[in-house]
Amino acid sequence: MNKQQAIFDLALWMGDNTLILGHRLSELCGHGPILEQDIALTNIALDLVGQSRMWLSLAGEVEGKDRTEDDFAYYRGERDFTNVKLVEMPNHHWGYVIARQFIYDAHHLAILEQLVDSSDQAIADIAAKAIKEVQYHLRFSSEWMIRMGDGTAVSHEKAQTSLEDLAPYIKSLTLTDEISTFAAAEGIGFDAGRVEQEAWATMQKVLEEATLKLEPSEYYHKGGKQGLHTEHMGFILAEMQSVVRAMPGNTW
Amino acid sequence: MIEKNLNQIFQARIDSEEKIEARDWMPEKYRQTLIRQISQHAHSEVVGMLPEGNWITRAPSLRRKVALLAKVQDEAGHGLYLYSAAETLGAKRSDLIQQLLDGTAKYSSIFNYPTLSWADIGAIGWLVDGAAIMNQVMLCRTSYGPYARAMVRICKEESFHQRQGYEIMIALSKGSEEQKAMAQDALNRWWWPSLMMFGPNDAESKHTAQSMAWKIKRKTNDELRQAFVDATVPQAEYLGLTIPDADLKWNEERGHYDFGPIDWDEFWQVVKGYGQCNKERIAARRKAEEEGEWVREAALAYAEKQRIKKENQKTKVA
Ligand SMILES: [Fe+2]
Ligand SMILES: [Fe+2]
Repeated sequence: MNKQQAIFDLALWMGDNTLILGHRLSELCGHGPILEQDIALTNIALDLVGQSRMWLSLAGEVEGKDRTEDDFAYYRGERDFTNVKLVEMPNHHWGYVIARQFIYDAHHLAILEQLVDSSDQAIADIAAKAIKEVQYHLRFSSEWMIRMGDGTAVSHEKAQTSLEDLAPYIKSLTLTDEISTFAAAEGIGFDAGRVEQEAWATMQKVLEEATLKLEPSEYYHKGGKQGLHTEHMGFILAEMQSVVRAMPGNTW
Repeated sequence: MIEKNLNQIFQARIDSEEKIEARDWMPEKYRQTLIRQISQHAHSEVVGMLPEGNWITRAPSLRRKVALLAKVQDEAGHGLYLYSAAETLGAKRSDLIQQLLDGTAKYSSIFNYPTLSWADIGAIGWLVDGAAIMNQVMLCRTSYGPYARAMVRICKEESFHQRQGYEIMIALSKGSEEQKAMAQDALNRWWWPSLMMFGPNDAESKHTAQSMAWKIKRKTNDELRQAFVDATVPQAEYLGLTIPDADLKWNEERGHYDFGPIDWDEFWQVVKGYGQCNKERIAARRKAEEEGEWVREAALAYAEKQRIKKENQKTKVA
């Protein structure tokens, strides 16, 4: 194991998470509950896919095999994607979409807060760009958690159920393996324990105001980073890659 | 008598190129014409998000995906500016949206055509945004101030959309045989509907004369259509694509391209609700509206709670 591998592994994981979540949000463009919210959610999708491009390009550079951002996005199969399962979950309804976003944002921000000080300059640079966007994402999703939680009985119930449904997917954002532990030790990556603590503190503060409850789930879903995904993932990739795979080798 | 004078003063202001503002007196028909036109325009922006949105998840590179997302988002923004412009005339956004959903308000028929391949995203940017620009550049000088100002903002973004669409067409037409065929196929399908976007021939158009007198419109449908054809033919030539019109040729004498007859039966079929996607487009907007109902209610309920909280704090302090 070396530093290059650790950078590659982290950049790919960040790039895959942001790509798949950005893709999920992009499905909603034109279908939002209010025109203003449609625009706001599309903004987040734009930020995430934009960040993914930076991470995947970095992965390609450190790998040194001439793979581009698009090679990673369009020419890999499901088992090669390293994203957590949380970001694959479908857009059931606004409450679910926001809860998914809220959980991700809280962790994403805590991760970036450490990565801005990464010993690898390229990682630190991307994190510094991304962190301003993610602060806004978290503000947006927090405000909506509060609005739903402290809105009507219906919205409260929808937000609460969504949190419970998503709870088993939270832990995977801070699971470690040999290479991420190495990255943390080298100051390249992040300390997952700290991220977990900070993200939960952020979430609990918002949820208290929202009169909603979330407990760490006793059981949680593993996989994701190891290339084992939910049933949804195959459809996401089938759709996303369809044009490129039907006519491989072309420039678009 | 007074009404007649007001009308004369109003027309004199129009004739001297003064902008009419929201609080100015205006003939009721002028107001109604503008509300109808601006809200149709707003609906077109919003419904127009759907055919292009159809390809966001399949955009063939991340760069294209981001560009398309941003474009469709711009259209939502255009919808917002335009609903606001209509509200300055006393219309309510929620009423206008209701008219769209119950089918009493129209929107641009072009968005009732299906997007069948990635090349359609290029063709729409190039042709549909291109045709929209012809119309909208004119509207930047329309007599109603808030509408004119909204159009100035919108026009800047539309020309960016057009370039972006044309750039997709360049990539395809310089690409593989398959990509070229895809681009040609998209041009074949979008060319005539784009010409129809300018509306019926002048002789047939019922709103044109009054709208011209009020300087809401400043060019007729046929003038705009001709300008669009003249601008677009060289662009197709540069791409090496063929415009699907055997009668298309340069007319030295007129200094314009002549082009073949438009299939007005098809135009009216789509206008009357029988285009490929009329039902689906409205159904998609209704679904968004219905699924969003509890969300809007929650936001209102929360805002109301906050307001009451603040009021209670104030009374405590007092
Ligand atoms: Fe637009
Ligand atoms: Fe546009």
